[in-house]
Amino acid sequence: MKEGNRKLQEEKVFKDPVHRYIHIRDELIWDLIGTREFQRLRRIRQLGTTFLTFHGAEHTRFNHSMGVYEIMRRIIEVFDGRPHWQQEERLLCLSAALLHDIGHGPYSHSFEKVFQTDHEWWTRKIITEDTEVNQVLRRMGDNFPQDVADVIEKTHPNKLVVSMISSQIDADRMDYLQRDAYYTGVSYGHFDMERILRVMRPTEDQAVIKNTGMHAVEDYIMSRYQMYWQVYFHPVTRSAEVILSKILQRVKKLREDGHTFFQQPYHFQRFFEGTQTLEDYLCLDESVITYYFQMWQFEDDSILQDLCERFLNRRLFKFVEFSQNFLLNKWTRLQELFREAGVDPDYYLVIDSSSDLPYDFYRPGEEEERMPIHLLMPNGRLRELSRESDLVEAISGKKRTDHKLYYPKEWLESPGHKETKQEIKSMLFSGNEQVEPEQEA
Amino acid sequence: MLPDHAKLLALLQDAGEVVGRKKWQKIVYISKKLQLPLQEKYTYHMYGPYSEELSMRTEELCSLGFVTEIKEAKAGYYQYRYQLTEEGDTFLQNMQLDWPRREAKKITSRLNEYSAKFLELVSTVLYFDELPKEDVKEKVHKLKKSQNYSDEDMEEAWQLIDSLK
Repeated sequence: MKEGNRKLQEEKVFKDPVHRYIHIRDELIWDLIGTREFQRLRRIRQLGTTFLTFHGAEHTRFNHSMGVYEIMRRIIEVFDGRPHWQQEERLLCLSAALLHDIGHGPYSHSFEKVFQTDHEWWTRKIITEDTEVNQVLRRMGDNFPQDVADVIEKTHPNKLVVSMISSQIDADRMDYLQRDAYYTGVSYGHFDMERILRVMRPTEDQAVIKNTGMHAVEDYIMSRYQMYWQVYFHPVTRSAEVILSKILQRVKKLREDGHTFFQQPYHFQRFFEGTQTLEDYLCLDESVITYYFQMWQFEDDSILQDLCERFLNRRLFKFVEFSQNFLLNKWTRLQELFREAGVDPDYYLVIDSSSDLPYDFYRPGEEEERMPIHLLMPNGRLRELSRESDLVEAISGKKRTDHKLYYPKEWLESPGHKETKQEIKSMLFSGNEQVEPEQEA
Repeated sequence: MLPDHAKLLALLQDAGEVVGRKKWQKIVYISKKLQLPLQEKYTYHMYGPYSEELSMRTEELCSLGFVTEIKEAKAGYYQYRYQLTEEGDTFLQNMQLDWPRREAKKITSRLNEYSAKFLELVSTVLYFDELPKEDVKEKVHKLKKSQNYSDEDMEEAWQLIDSLK
């Protein structure tokens, strides 16, 4: 039976370094925050391995989810009473904003690649199956959890609601850009969110921006562009991510080969078998993963030992950039040389591309590929942002991809296999396209 | 990285030329759903299943010179034309990929005959393939109101999927 939502007797207010205050007025939201599935997000960092590059980046999915909720709450205040906005969707929007990342696991990007799973699937399960989150949501009606899951998955028929949480200018992005900038300490990522919120308008299909707010949106797009190159695509973070993936890959391989572990990977067992339950997933967090990495430093496998030691003590791989010529003429030989020198290239010679990262640049209206940002013009028509803004058009056409080859530099400098290492070095460092750039943050 | 890039090159080679980013997105998605060993992660977007990973990877293949992208101005939007280059072909041969050529050719050449709009329908139907048929129809009507897909279009989509399985 539908129990509904009650207003809290007194508003709850959280202090937040990005938005100053986060206001909770609904019992539904307050109770969702108190569920064990939501509290688990306190143990999962928002930016995964970025803390190894920017030491302040210790903030969690919990902080971010609270921030997205707060931005959504403020968007709704702006929309209230305007055409196309239905106030009865308020709690649906707030719940979806709060729960949009509930399915994220520890170091989810690498974990998902190795174990072929995805956080969107877990999000749906946490919301629609037998969990504390589901129990709280059901107070609003039996279909409410499904509706929340549909909004997050972008398959809900109310496209306006979907766009408020998932579009190219949404509550999620506006929070993470500012929050990640704050915690990493970089000077990029700042834009005038107050202004954007004031000029945001609901339409039938999406939230749009009044054309008078174009410059604030330009600033947002610019921040996004800079954050991607300076923080999200940072080569040192990518090196840590490469090592993390290789640890998981190695454990998976050892298990397939029947290796007897000193520290059995109990928490991963069902993931190896593909029989994992929701409870198995909820038991994983970053402290669990770190515990295993600590223990596997003493495992009877030199590769696993070494990779764990590298990750924990930040002895990361160095990198070079490469081009087509390298891939066509040197790549195969380089792998052979690593093998000749007794080093497995599957773990110690790794190509990482921008497409391996979970971030996206602004894409203007490219033939119905993705919904672009639309400006609401004085005549009531909509215009795609890059058609009005030279600045956005210029950024949209910029190079958005890169490739890096990661390798253990100190091994190359160590004694043994002198001639082979010399040939490896000449392949890595020769040629105009291959340089060794600075690596420090 | 590289094997996933190579698989896309193999798929493009099998398809010949692909006109339109949306069409390329949908061909890759449908091929993946039909069990070709592709890795790109898709989520649902305004125009059906979409993969940012695929968009980036395609850009990477273009910047490496393995794929050509020709931009053509159309009324109100740009259209992009994709083809494998000679260097892309050489790279593909070097990679010695374990690729189900015959099945891939059958799927891609057939899909390439259809419009992007129809492939949007096919991919949306496949996205909801765990739901009963009637629920899928309802979803399509709700989510794709502006595309005006008819019941006959949906039947045709299911027939195409069955014929390619």
